[in-house]
Amino acid sequence: MGLSNDLIQQKLEERFKDVVLQTETSYDMLSVEVAAPEILNVLQFLFDDQELKFRFLTDLTAVHYPAFKDRELAVVYHLHNLVDNCRIRIKVFVPVQQPDVPSAVNIFSAANWLERETYDFFGINFTGHPNLIRIQNVEEMDYFPLRKEFPLEDQTRIDKDDEMFGRGGNFDFGNRQSDGSPTQIPESTGGNTQ
Amino acid sequence: MSTTTDTAFQEANLGSGTTTTLNLGPTHPATHGVFQNILELDGERIVSAEQTIGYIHRAFEKIAERRPLYQITPLTDRLNYCSAPINNMGWHLTCEKLLGIQTPKRVDYLRVIIMELARIADHLICNSIVGVDTGAYTGFLYVMQYRELIYEIWEEVCGSRLTTSIGRIGGFERDFNDIAFTKLERFLKEYPAVLKEFENLFSRNRIFMERTIGAGPITAERALNYGFTGPNLRAAGVDYDVRVHTPYSSYQDFDFEIPTGTTGDCYDRFLVRNQEMYQSLNIITQAYRKIQDMKGEEATIFHADIPEYYLPEKKDVYTKMEALIYHFKIVMGEVEIPPGEVYSSVEGGNGELGFYIISDGGRTPYRLHFRRPCFIYYQAFEELVKGSMLADAIIVLSSLNLIAGEMDG
Repeated sequence: MGLSNDLIQQKLEERFKDVVLQTETSYDMLSVEVAAPEILNVLQFLFDDQELKFRFLTDLTAVHYPAFKDRELAVVYHLHNLVDNCRIRIKVFVPVQQPDVPSAVNIFSAANWLERETYDFFGINFTGHPNLIRIQNVEEMDYFPLRKEFPLEDQTRIDKDDEMFGRGGNFDFGNRQSDGSPTQIPESTGGNTQ
Repeated sequence: MSTTTDTAFQEANLGSGTTTTLNLGPTHPATHGVFQNILELDGERIVSAEQTIGYIHRAFEKIAERRPLYQITPLTDRLNYCSAPINNMGWHLTCEKLLGIQTPKRVDYLRVIIMELARIADHLICNSIVGVDTGAYTGFLYVMQYRELIYEIWEEVCGSRLTTSIGRIGGFERDFNDIAFTKLERFLKEYPAVLKEFENLFSRNRIFMERTIGAGPITAERALNYGFTGPNLRAAGVDYDVRVHTPYSSYQDFDFEIPTGTTGDCYDRFLVRNQEMYQSLNIITQAYRKIQDMKGEEATIFHADIPEYYLPEKKDVYTKMEALIYHFKIVMGEVEIPPGEVYSSVEGGNGELGFYIISDGGRTPYRLHFRRPCFIYYQAFEELVKGSMLADAIIVLSSLNLIAGEMDG
């Protein structure tokens, strides 16, 4: 264990002064938010640096936060340095209207399907991906099902609304407007962005 | 399959300029699961392979956003259903990490026993299926008897066999009974000889070796880049094992080895899995001894003392006010989860099974993502089989230990 979170944070902030937007450590894992257009440079730097050596992509997924204006979608990378056994989480936020994130396929082959899956469920447009098509769902599908505007339960049932799941107010999966009324499900959100 | 005898045949059929497209799957008996491979063949050589998955996608990640923590356990069963208890434990450990729960040592050791039994059940099926696909059905039928015994042990502990939902957050739903321990002893006594015989059937078998050596190899570097984990990565020579790198459930208390291979081909994957079964037996023996050595009150604990998350005993529900309140809150799913973001992983049957959970303080996860190992490494399939024979593709498929349920999530 020669690698500490402080050192990683310091090196990242030194190299990418304006790119690293936020850092936090929770449950012993360093979480770094970086600017979306620079994500490949950050990943490449973490991969190549002789001390950091984050050369294993453990996981790649996305999260939808409808309440975050103009940064609704977060893409989350989990990287692992197998030599020093250190994990790190990298996040980028993009607006839901234009969810463009550069594809990491050229750094990690593992990113190929993970990005396809993330596209499939969240509609993140991974620019430069060789084959960005749906992987789990049918190709004819014209929406991104893991976004919060698609509720799991029947909309007409009030016994299954967000209040019952401990989410009062307007920050409840994005299904409410600020005055508390339910949002309309938009007609197809653009479908295949390709 | 790179012997010299069939070279003439291959050359005669190569370069004819015409290729055949073959659909291997979705319901082909040799794919052992519902997934499709569109193979382009030049004679019998594979030119390209395109995988289609998602036939049994069940949107677990979406469903989990509307389930309290304890109701997500049955969803995890259905990921890698050959070793469901590992998924269950992985999920409980994730919840415990998020909630900050410390489990007693006895719980940890009991969990280790269950998880290692699951690993044996998983590897045993995978290896014997490799046997079936190379033409030796005997081994498969022979070891089935001992998978049955493992299932019986699980049945004694939790009541189910395949989709176990074993354990709860903080421990087990009930203590192991004597029959479970008796059956475990029988397993520990009889299984090593069976495993040895199973190994003898294959590991130096000329036919088996010629079919598997050199089939679907991968270098350590490519395997890492493809996100390989578990026995498939270890067969390529990288000794990465979550149990050792990030010990959970007191794995640091046990003494065991990580077997590795060199070439990452089907034969190495087979040998690594076989050796891992011996290591698992070793771990179970150690864990069982530690449990037997426990004295007094420690020897009866089977769950952590966390009334907020662990269902109280039924007789307490009827007689104690507090127990009644907790019982109601848990059953109705009214327990708030503290906000936080956790990634936690366990060494599953076929690789690192990770759970990434985000809680916003509600009663259900805000987002839950499963890192499903075989979904990630299956994308290397084309690279593994390109240029090899059709028959090799079948063995590569089975020796990668692909589980459709886990792949589709």
